[in-house]
Amino acid sequence: MSTNNHGNGSKPSHIELRIKRQDGPGQPSRWEVFRLPYKENANVISCLQEIQRAPVTADGTRTTPVVWDCNCLEEVCGACTMVINGKVRQSCTALIDQLEQPVTLEAMSKFPLVRDLAVDRQRMFDALRKVRAWVPIDGSHDLGPGPRQSPKAQEWMYTLSTCMTCGCCLEACPQVNENSDFMGAAAINQVRLFNNHPTGKMHKEDRLRALTGPGGIQDCGKSQNCVEVCPKSIPLTTSIAEMFRETTIQAIKDWVMREVPKEHGAA
Amino acid sequence: MAEGRYVVVGGGLAGLMTVIKLAEAGKQVDVFSIVPVKRSHSVCAQGGINGAVNTKGEGDHPDVHVKDTLKGGDFLAEQPPVKGMCYAAPGIIYLLDRMGVTFNRTPEGLLDFRRFGGTLHHRTAFAGATTGQQLLYALDEQVRRYEVEGLVTKYEYWEYLGSVLDDDGACRGIVAMDVRSMELQAFPAEAVCLATGGPGIIFGRSTNSVINTGSAVARAYVEGALYGNGEFIQVHPSAIPGDDKLRLMSESLRGEGGRVWVPSDGRPSDPVTGKPLPPKGQPWYFLEERYPKFGNLVPRDVGTREIFQVCREMKLGVNGRDAVYLDMTHIPPDVLTRKLGGVLEIYEKFRGVDPRFVPMEIFPGMHYSMGGLWVDYESSANAGWTPVPSPRNQSTNIPGLYAAGECEYQYHGANRLGANSLLSCIYAGQITGPAMSLYARNGKKAADAVPKPVMERALAFWKDRFAQLGKMSGKENPWGLARELGDVMTETCTVVRENGKLRKAVEKLDEFSARWKDCNVLDTGRTFNQSLAFVNQLENMFELAKVMAKGALMRDEGMRGSHYKPEFMLPRAKTANPKDDPEFMTKWKENTGKWRKTTIAKFTAKGPDITYRDVPTPVLDPEPRHYD
Repeated sequence: MSTNNHGNGSKPSHIELRIKRQDGPGQPSRWEVFRLPYKENANVISCLQEIQRAPVTADGTRTTPVVWDCNCLEEVCGACTMVINGKVRQSCTALIDQLEQPVTLEAMSKFPLVRDLAVDRQRMFDALRKVRAWVPIDGSHDLGPGPRQSPKAQEWMYTLSTCMTCGCCLEACPQVNENSDFMGAAAINQVRLFNNHPTGKMHKEDRLRALTGPGGIQDCGKSQNCVEVCPKSIPLTTSIAEMFRETTIQAIKDWVMREVPKEHGAA
Repeated sequence: MAEGRYVVVGGGLAGLMTVIKLAEAGKQVDVFSIVPVKRSHSVCAQGGINGAVNTKGEGDHPDVHVKDTLKGGDFLAEQPPVKGMCYAAPGIIYLLDRMGVTFNRTPEGLLDFRRFGGTLHHRTAFAGATTGQQLLYALDEQVRRYEVEGLVTKYEYWEYLGSVLDDDGACRGIVAMDVRSMELQAFPAEAVCLATGGPGIIFGRSTNSVINTGSAVARAYVEGALYGNGEFIQVHPSAIPGDDKLRLMSESLRGEGGRVWVPSDGRPSDPVTGKPLPPKGQPWYFLEERYPKFGNLVPRDVGTREIFQVCREMKLGVNGRDAVYLDMTHIPPDVLTRKLGGVLEIYEKFRGVDPRFVPMEIFPGMHYSMGGLWVDYESSANAGWTPVPSPRNQSTNIPGLYAAGECEYQYHGANRLGANSLLSCIYAGQITGPAMSLYARNGKKAADAVPKPVMERALAFWKDRFAQLGKMSGKENPWGLARELGDVMTETCTVVRENGKLRKAVEKLDEFSARWKDCNVLDTGRTFNQSLAFVNQLENMFELAKVMAKGALMRDEGMRGSHYKPEFMLPRAKTANPKDDPEFMTKWKENTGKWRKTTIAKFTAKGPDITYRDVPTPVLDPEPRHYD
């Protein structure tokens, strides 16, 4: 009944979507199938918008519009991440012509579900707080130019800085699960970014120590799934490897510099 | 009496900079955002941020930036605030640099600057082609720091519904809704700042994000805030059409050398300039031919009109469609990747072709509202380029209610120059924070003294309204109705305006308001009920659409920035510089005397009441705009 429009050149007459619905946390889930007339250049978002305008399933049953998060629709805000045909990605850049039909949509599984395809990614923002992912400036008044940087340094730091906190890397990570607090690759990558900034590095110890707390970098299982699913091609595994090294050095430094209680009777 | 909390609505650049200024002064701030602030629409800004830092030996200066901005806006922008902004711009870019924004660099390690429309100088600092995203992240990081220090509380996934107004008509707080739990709550405040962005969704498809419904601002307008210059809507020359949105292809593409062309049909000459066209099939670079000085970097209103003229009147669009080529293929691919990677990637992802090797196909799309809530500025002597901290700055006519960013009208007049929007957001935020605390200090009304009945009354109003909305079970689908609204607004209120069509649009908008009453809420769920929230927003959207349509209808002048009404065009000047044609200048002076005014809309139940206000010119005398 469904068509795979790869290779044969002919356009299908319909777009079929299978969407996993759930009214709220703890509620039972169900699958709903929608069949929409084929449209050129359609993406998952335009299909979901089409359903908003006519919320009826393929068998003619009235239903509610599907709930999902989205905003910019050009893959810079990170809001519309979901699992599409089993793969975690942004739904705005999921073009129907490039997807096998029926197109299956599910919410990410590693975050608390809010409703239908929407989840709560607050833990990712909490992690950014924990690792102190910022440059501590003296104030927002005019203090003249910032530090000079080479174009080469700017280029790779820009890449690290394009992280949208979208959640793909956590969804794909086997270490992010119900039994672990692992913060995931996104926050670790931010530590690398700020620890390499000329001003940010003045406070790198604080971030490195935060990285080794509960749920920190030591929980990484090196599966390397994160780097494969990152929509911005951020070298996440390189960031993790570098931060592993840095946190180890920091731990040794901290051990050497620890306060040793003075022994009685010493000269 | 203890100082109360401050409320900032909106977590884009303007909102977050306001938060930073308040928190830095030790104030307690509640910031409300309908999405996590890091996902605000500021992320969509691509090309850069302007500041006359003059590192290229071109003799650039903040005064030149002022002149370009005022001329670009066809002398409708408020001049002292523009001067303040342009003078603050280099310091703002340095501040962002200190915050760690990954701006592109020169070989010497300095900030790099590129060209943008409406200026002849390299004045635009940039971080790849996702500058807005990088700037927003920098401010987001600083706010996170204040969050950890306990000065800032974020209410993300909370939507502003309306202001809490006391018996004297002053704003004493807001009512907001948690859009996931659907809980309604009233929040008292010393002062409130709206930084809620633009209204692109009123046009259905635009380059704006999904949250840019204009609903918050529309509600403030309905509650008595004045709205300025509503009819000035920027249509960006280069976007790629889509069913869900129009995706912006940054002006920086042309700033880095991109060329706009269509294949010539071999006709002997350009009907506009009389210059010959190339042989049939050859590229005709119509912007370069028509504007030898500015070329592909004419201001957006000019570029958009020319593309419309070439596609619609000359029928020279690519393959007869509404499309022209934007060609980057003569620039080395590695340069393109380094300076424009982000935006070229968007094109490739959505169009399936690599624009480094194949010319892009683009067409204008609704992009930005120059109009917004009317706000005041401190106009006392010495004010302007060294802004005097004053409670008047960025204040709406409702005491205690402030506005900053795209949602206010002050900085861009009739047309905004590219890369001035990020600047105006951040500059406005920098002066709004201090303005709010001065207002609170000077005022007799401390927030913890808000009479309980005032808060309760506001909350009860919204609880009742949402109970009613939740029961709506009519025939109209709100999302479908919104699409109809978008089609009408795009057809009548964008590039080419005709009074006949605008009159019909105004009638149509009244009809939409009536049909809205027959909406179906579609969803009775108690969790993240997006349809319920949207039904509320939609009614507000109609009110703002009426301001735009009526403002456009009443402005019977041929051309002012983005506003173009062919039936009222002045005859072209007979000289290259219009100032040399005395006959033209007589007509121009007469027209500009009548229409170089701020349009002010005031809400009434029968539709917007429109009046006009003079725009003082203490900085620069108006002149006819020309870029050739």
